[in-house]
Amino acid sequence: METIVDLKNVTAAYEQRAALLDVSLHIHPGQFIGLIGPSGSGKTTLMRTILGQVVPREGSVEVLGKPVVYGRTPVGIGYVPQLETVDWSFPVTVEEVVLMGRAMRSGVLPWPSRAEKERMMSVLSRLGIADLSRRHIRELSGGQQQRVFLARALISEPKLLLLDEPTSGVDIKTRDDVMHLLADLNADGVTILMTSHELNTVAVHLPWVVCLNRNVIAQGPPDEVFTSEVLSRTYGAEIMVYQRDGITLIGDVPHTTAERRQQKAIIEATKETAHAGH
Amino acid sequence: MQAIEWLLDPFRYEFFRNGILAASMVGALCGLIGVVVVLKKMSYIGHGLSHSIFGGAVVSYVIGLNFYIGAGLWGFLSALLINAATRKRKIGADAAIGIVTTASFAIGVALISKVRTFTRNFDAALFGNILGVNPGDLLIIAVVLAAALLALFFGYKQLLFSTFDPEVAPSYGVPSAWVDTFFALVLAATIIASMQVMGVTLIAASIVIPPITARMLTDSFPRMLGLSSAIGAVCGFLGMYISYYLDISSGASIVLFSALVFVVVGGAGWAYSRLRPEKRLVLRRRLATPESAELFD
Repeated sequence: METIVDLKNVTAAYEQRAALLDVSLHIHPGQFIGLIGPSGSGKTTLMRTILGQVVPREGSVEVLGKPVVYGRTPVGIGYVPQLETVDWSFPVTVEEVVLMGRAMRSGVLPWPSRAEKERMMSVLSRLGIADLSRRHIRELSGGQQQRVFLARALISEPKLLLLDEPTSGVDIKTRDDVMHLLADLNADGVTILMTSHELNTVAVHLPWVVCLNRNVIAQGPPDEVFTSEVLSRTYGAEIMVYQRDGITLIGDVPHTTAERRQQKAIIEATKETAHAGH
Repeated sequence: MQAIEWLLDPFRYEFFRNGILAASMVGALCGLIGVVVVLKKMSYIGHGLSHSIFGGAVVSYVIGLNFYIGAGLWGFLSALLINAATRKRKIGADAAIGIVTTASFAIGVALISKVRTFTRNFDAALFGNILGVNPGDLLIIAVVLAAALLALFFGYKQLLFSTFDPEVAPSYGVPSAWVDTFFALVLAATIIASMQVMGVTLIAASIVIPPITARMLTDSFPRMLGLSSAIGAVCGFLGMYISYYLDISSGASIVLFSALVFVVVGGAGWAYSRLRPEKRLVLRRRLATPESAELFD
């Protein structure tokens, strides 16, 4: 079977931190993968390795059947950064951001050609934000902002979308919106790899998860992979998993009775003052 | 009739014609380049670089080298050094830049105090001496301005992307590191060409004030480029004019006039936002980039 991404025994470091140890991972066309793991587990390094921005110390990386050359982003990948890293006060409009996605592909003229503009508008329409093209990026809601950066990635019609924490820092409704949008794109044939900290979101929306902590701890459908044992090994902390009627819920381990007792008096006192205030 | 004569009076002098042309071109050039400087939040680099180049200017004078060659080499070298230090992203990068630029400035000051004969000339380097602008200087300014415009025209998309998001641009194939290096060189050339008009100590202001003023007026990057160059050119022209009548240093006059324009535009924006509270957010967003945001809080 052909692969979109093929990592073989990759060991890589990013900013002096050894982040990936002997990682092998194959991404097949049409997959929709959630990459989870604690901070510093190598999620970002893995993405950067695929993008050709980190040279593996050992092992090999192929994207769409071609070896990745350091410093050259493989053709066919669209990358969506974490929204929290965006400079929202920068003077750019929606269409200017989306056209950045063609910065190295269009001609030398500073303005877009008619064909580029049409391409941009069709991507914006597909994402339902065509009427916002002239707006400044800060004038948008969280979901719309996410769509703008998705549009920038999609304008070159990539085979693979890489998303860095697309659900971090957004409210529940936006998160749900974004996840359904990604599912739609995936149904249209785009292969997706996204990182996330929100295990419950991953469990509900994603058909496949990869648990990473410097190497791949486990991978598979969430209801098979998300067990207390696997997650505890991935995060190095005790994590509880409840499974019932096809729903997987992940929670923190409750505090000990002693810790609770200590808080109890404070809670009671707070309740009293809260009631007295009414 | 008399008023017109009075206004046209300074144009009888060649030094004034040269000076006002130089001031307008330098204003446009600094306004243009300043947009990227301000948006990249590297105003202090412009300030440091101009001080660093001062050292190069003095050294080239002492060893009898042409100013543009000596200061040019020195300036490009410091620009590359500063650029490399910035890319390291370690704590202390700005401290390292501070050391390089002030040490370089100190070399200049040390040499001047040792070789006392050229003290007067270096007043000019420090505070600008527009009366000394000759056709050769005008040519250099025009060439740098044309080169900056050309570079901007052909590198527009890459520059926009790597200014907006230097971390992500490489994922889209944009060579951020090269764009940064190239821009550092253009900035050095801008400072060298502007030195005679503005003086080392005032260049930073003409790189920062027009873009900030332009930012208050628009949310679009290309419009900000145009507005900022226009504001810079007009401030250069009128500032030079005012300096003639008030008999004050041209660099100072240009900076003070730009500051006045900034205050007027900012004040108008503030008054407008009081009248129409729904616009207040827009103004605050626009001011979020420059350091002046607290003015409107």
